[in-house]
Amino acid sequence: MVTAKRVWDALAEIPDPEIPVISLVDLGVVRDVDVDGDRVHVGFTPTFLGCPAVEVMRDQMTERIRKLGAEPDVEVLSEGWSSDRITPDGRRKLRDAGFAPPTGRAPATLLQIQTRPHPCPYCGSTDTRLENLFGPTPCRSIRYCNACRQPFEQFKTL
Amino acid sequence: MTETPRDTKGARVTGSPVPESAQRILELADDELILGWRNSEWTGIAPFLEEDVAFSSIAQTEIGHARAWYELAAKELGTDADALAFDREPDEYVCAPLVEMRMAEDWARTIARHWLYETADSIRIQVLINSVAGDIRGLAEKIDREEAYHRMHADMWAERLRDEPAFREAVDELWPYALGVLSEGQRPLLCQAVDRDEVEAIERGEHTDDLRPLWEEMTMVRRSVPGATW
Repeated sequence: MVTAKRVWDALAEIPDPEIPVISLVDLGVVRDVDVDGDRVHVGFTPTFLGCPAVEVMRDQMTERIRKLGAEPDVEVLSEGWSSDRITPDGRRKLRDAGFAPPTGRAPATLLQIQTRPHPCPYCGSTDTRLENLFGPTPCRSIRYCNACRQPFEQFKTL
Repeated sequence: MTETPRDTKGARVTGSPVPESAQRILELADDELILGWRNSEWTGIAPFLEEDVAFSSIAQTEIGHARAWYELAAKELGTDADALAFDREPDEYVCAPLVEMRMAEDWARTIARHWLYETADSIRIQVLINSVAGDIRGLAEKIDREEAYHRMHADMWAERLRDEPAFREAVDELWPYALGVLSEGQRPLLCQAVDRDEVEAIERGEHTDDLRPLWEEMTMVRRSVPGATW
């Protein structure tokens, strides 16, 4: 018998395709799980609209639910994902892997980014500077830590 | 060019009138798709590595926004996003002439367009957020939060190049095109945002000579292997 808990547990084992240290559940892209007999509905909110990993995520969830013996229905919801949805556990895992988790509220100006403390994920120093608003994927910026002299990837606040 | 092969399965809007509401969404989608394509032309050749990454990432996000708008329009038109993006004839696209022009490898013109377009785009997105409900509004809000990063990047560069003659000339040249991105009622907001007087706009509808070569390249795979998925 498939239960919502079993589905959540199974989805929590799927790594993010681009930042595999955290799972899709840690990332907060799974909005809700609904079990009706052997049918499982998952509400899914992708991170950035241009994220190339969206199809991979959807396919992996579909496949994982099918393995539980249920009929999956993964629906992409129109309501937006926000970086606030990354779980505390997810934030810790990101930091441990050298990705600075998102900070504060979504910025509207460059000044807000430049004046807000962005701690280095390696040494914790807030003496860091923005190198590039854009990074290897739409969700990341590049910063540099003046204290430990390491560049690092900063998850954008969205 | 040679005869265009056609996917007979793919629903197309060609030949049938497009309702006004879907037309407005197609304008947003076409602008983002075509400008996304133009911005991607900087991949590998930007003046320095940070900008190579920035323009590639901005292009990716814009094409993502185009896809989301196309999906919304496709629901109304009974087709799919790829058919709208790739199966129309060049003169059926409703993008603004501003986004069509090939500007690689002219950095000052590219930044002038980037700054004018992002400023205009944020105005029409705000208007949407304040005037519609449902899926369109939800999508506009999401896009607006992502576009904030484009605007910061554009503003930073406009500030940096502000006194460069090449940049100032490019802004003068592109100003009538920038006004044409917006509907008439929205234009005063753009004038206010960039502190310029309104002039006669170069309107959406006519296309520049740069669109066709872009279209031929962009739709080449789709036209040569109709119905292929990848």
